[in-house]
Amino acid sequence: MFPHRHLLGIEGLSPADITTLLDLAERYAQANRSGVKSDPVLKGLTQINMFFENSTRTQSSFEIAGKRLGADVMNMAMQASSIAKGETLIDTALTLNAMHPDLLVVRHPHSGAVNLLASKVNCAVLNAGDGRHEHPTQALLDALTIRRRKGRLHRLTIAICGDIAHSRVARSNMILLGLMENRVRLVGPRTLMPAGVDHMVAEMTDDMAEGLKDADVVMMLRLQRERMDGGFIPSEREYYHRFGLDAEKLKHAKLDAIVMHPGPMNRGVEIDGLLADDINVSVIQEQVEMGVAVRMAAMELLARNLKTGPAVADANAP
Amino acid sequence: MTTTLINAKLVNPDSCTENLGWVSFDNGTITATGTDTPPAGPSIDAQGKCLAPGIIDIGVKIGEPGERHKESYKTAAAAAAAGGVTTMVTRPDTTPVTDTPETLTFAMRRAAEASPVHVLPMAALTKGFEGREMTEIGFLRDAGAVAFSDADRPVQNPKVLSRAMQYAAGLDALIVAHPQEPTLSKGAAMTSGPFAAKLGLPTVSPMAERMQLERDLALVEMTGVRYHADQLTCGVALEVLKLAKAQGLPVTAGTSVHHLTLNTFDTDDYRTFFKVKPPLRSEEDRMATVEALAEGLIDVVSSMHTPQDEESKRLPFEEAASGAVALETLLPACLQLVHAGHLDLPTLFRALSLNPARLLGLPAGRLTPGAPADLILFDPDAPFVLDRSTLRSKSKNTPYDGRRMQGRVLRTFVSGVEVFAR
Repeated sequence: MFPHRHLLGIEGLSPADITTLLDLAERYAQANRSGVKSDPVLKGLTQINMFFENSTRTQSSFEIAGKRLGADVMNMAMQASSIAKGETLIDTALTLNAMHPDLLVVRHPHSGAVNLLASKVNCAVLNAGDGRHEHPTQALLDALTIRRRKGRLHRLTIAICGDIAHSRVARSNMILLGLMENRVRLVGPRTLMPAGVDHMVAEMTDDMAEGLKDADVVMMLRLQRERMDGGFIPSEREYYHRFGLDAEKLKHAKLDAIVMHPGPMNRGVEIDGLLADDINVSVIQEQVEMGVAVRMAAMELLARNLKTGPAVADANAP
Repeated sequence: MTTTLINAKLVNPDSCTENLGWVSFDNGTITATGTDTPPAGPSIDAQGKCLAPGIIDIGVKIGEPGERHKESYKTAAAAAAAGGVTTMVTRPDTTPVTDTPETLTFAMRRAAEASPVHVLPMAALTKGFEGREMTEIGFLRDAGAVAFSDADRPVQNPKVLSRAMQYAAGLDALIVAHPQEPTLSKGAAMTSGPFAAKLGLPTVSPMAERMQLERDLALVEMTGVRYHADQLTCGVALEVLKLAKAQGLPVTAGTSVHHLTLNTFDTDDYRTFFKVKPPLRSEEDRMATVEALAEGLIDVVSSMHTPQDEESKRLPFEEAASGAVALETLLPACLQLVHAGHLDLPTLFRALSLNPARLLGLPAGRLTPGAPADLILFDPDAPFVLDRSTLRSKSKNTPYDGRRMQGRVLRTFVSGVEVFAR
């Protein structure tokens, strides 16, 4: 049971929705690993990936997920499309809608753009990241990775570190991990903390030692230099010195703490390269693997509702 | 021929009273008023509804020249008449900018042809709003400009601004400023706070308003120019205004109806009709602004009428244009504050009519003999649900669409001539 027409954000999902999705994703993760062919539950459905922002890993992850489940997948390179000719987002949406796709996967550089688009089309929309707002499948794949490694997804201490202000990954993770009753800490320089975020989580600090103390999970974020308009940090070397994760700083966390990163990494800026490759602590490759499984699950759940409509009133509707 | 409006509840902002009475006017001017037996002759029975001086709305944007597809003098005037606005004080942010006497004269001629309500233009303070050279303030004043403003693009260079202020002070010209620190405000779509953090939109702190106001006030103290802040919207800036007024500086301040009646939570679901400039504030700041209005610290309430077509609003929030139309909804939205018990009708009309008139040196805004017969008759209690498609403005970008409102204008008179009747 997944009572939603779209997946626009973690906000609006219930703990039960999240568990349903993760349980299904877990099955796909095992199937993917063992090489067992999954049932083509998306057979006959058309999935369009619309990426208004460059992406390699998320787009290919969605593409593989769709193809493994038998969907006809089409990628639209939005930079080269009519958007560049001045067409508005809504006109593009209406044009696509007229072609009757079933699943629309959208990434857009502006917060709220995917919600806007979802309100204009008849198909199921999956948010693949909008501005600084949400990136739900990333939070879900992080949650699945944590659950596999820690055996549970509750009562864990999780430090989210780095560029919180520009990160949709941080926002979705804060909401999801809070919803599942974990202790979430934000760690980073004050210039990279959005004003008012203290209302969303209980703990904030600009000291890595304090922030990582007894953490079960250390989630590093990419320093989003392309979203910055200058002057958030004095230099990358000072940032690395104070906030970059290395083995020394990781000692403050629990002995069995895991290190996560949504990628792509800036090695030597927010994370030490050796640490990122250390298979004893780093789960970064597993995150990528879980990404495909989570996206298969999300698309399957939404596709089930395409035929019947959401089971109950949709809290996630735009 | 003298006409008398009888049996009306006179909302008199000058004496701060509401009494049942009558108003006579002849030849476009109020000739007598009273609360006793009305004089004989032709009369209009107001049936106990409210009669007030017409609204003088400072800061109306009209798309002429340049953006007639968004609003023309004709459509704006129709909206104004229906909203009880008898004088529109227009902004200079036209295309091209109203920064020469020629452009100003063109706009005034269009207004005279198309508008049944009074139109008084503001002109740019610096050429092309570029903040480098002052405009021909003297010529523009002679051509009819009632105030000088760079609209929502504050002059960044203090030297340029101080010279323009000095020059304007010599002509006793009024400067209307937009006190928002431009570098902090750049790119901001929302006021910073927990809600903006949730939506992930670029933000600006209300402190940007206070910073720019403090800078401007230092220059006012230096030059002695008459200064009006177009919109003050937050507690931290209102404190600064209070000090400046206590100090005796020639300062007045306005606010917009949107900042009095909406707050940042209304931006939920990225609804771009709620994107205004400066962005909507927290509920605490909204209440601080309402209180400042009630106690007279804020002098003027305006619509900040900003027409935007569907194309400029049907975009992701960050990309969407700012502004809302409000000529028609100004009074009903303000009456919400009266119904909620925050202020009484005469106090409201001080801010809507009397104070703007005083600021611009107009005889209007009063219910006294000798004042122009710019009058509105309204029912403060009449309920309705706003349907934006019924608005008379060419653009329908109102944040009040679908809202239950109370209070409607029944008749509008401009210089004694009825320009609207419901």
